[in-house]
Amino acid sequence: MNDADDVLVLGGEKFTSRLIMGTGGAPSLDVLDRALEASGTELTTVAMRRLDPAVQGSVLDVLRRRNIRVLPNTAGCFTAGEAVLTARLAREALETNWVKLEVIADERTLLPDPIETFDAAERLVADGFTVLPYIGDDPALARRLEQAGCAAVMPLGAPIGSGLGVRNPHSIELIAEAASVPVILDAGVGTASDAALAMELGCDAVLLATAVTRAQRPELMAAAMRSAVEAGRMARLAGRIPRRRYAEASSPSLPRFA
Amino acid sequence: MKVTINGNAGELPDGMTVAEAVRTLTALTSGVAVAVNDVVVSRGSWESTALAENDRVEVLTAVQGG
Repeated sequence: MNDADDVLVLGGEKFTSRLIMGTGGAPSLDVLDRALEASGTELTTVAMRRLDPAVQGSVLDVLRRRNIRVLPNTAGCFTAGEAVLTARLAREALETNWVKLEVIADERTLLPDPIETFDAAERLVADGFTVLPYIGDDPALARRLEQAGCAAVMPLGAPIGSGLGVRNPHSIELIAEAASVPVILDAGVGTASDAALAMELGCDAVLLATAVTRAQRPELMAAAMRSAVEAGRMARLAGRIPRRRYAEASSPSLPRFA
Repeated sequence: MKVTINGNAGELPDGMTVAEAVRTLTALTSGVAVAVNDVVVSRGSWESTALAENDRVEVLTAVQGG
């Protein structure tokens, strides 16, 4: 059974699916199309790049056909200025004021730069954007971004594309506990149990790409992620039993023999 | 006049508009955004915005990512 009233409200919009997909890393638009369908996602990221006249077919056509809302990101930006310009170009090109704000500190780790991210977030909020910032697993920064008017916070589980899962469950849990905006675990998911864990820790949604697009069978992994996010969410709502050091019998303790 | 479009410098006729510059790359008008010297030029202004010597034009679209 599913809780029919359990919808994700993000930026004032309602979503039934709590799995947000990225589109990077898919070997072809056809593979991506089938993976997105299997994932059940309703919100999916794209990047903004210089138009290449040689490229045929567009990821936008896939999203439009599947009726999936587009979430442009600012991937590839290293400064607040670059990110703000990229967000404004995305708003113009895609007619959405939603943006996944991503300001990277360096190429090797692809970790988010907290200072530039915060600076860009303030400017974009002031400019009327619905800002979803990608951040480290830092509860203090998450709180500051929420106070700055961001519509969600998106802490990483592990570095982008690493597939290392949720490296710091304690921090993710602290962020989820304190936030009054949705918390979306973004980056680091390697397999279904990682996504389920994020939801069990109290995240409101999971954003992933590589784990699906670079899996040996993307469509099947997309279906697995969909189930994992749903299972993790249901487990969270159901309330897990406390951990105990010793056994607690689940059978009646009456005498076995009369 | 010398204008750089998506990093490629070239000679363009004087008075060329943003709309004409975009058409050198694509016939698309939706899903595309333009910045001239790091300032967004909204689609409604493409036809009426003339480029000037040494302008840097960026024509962007959405690609797979994230």
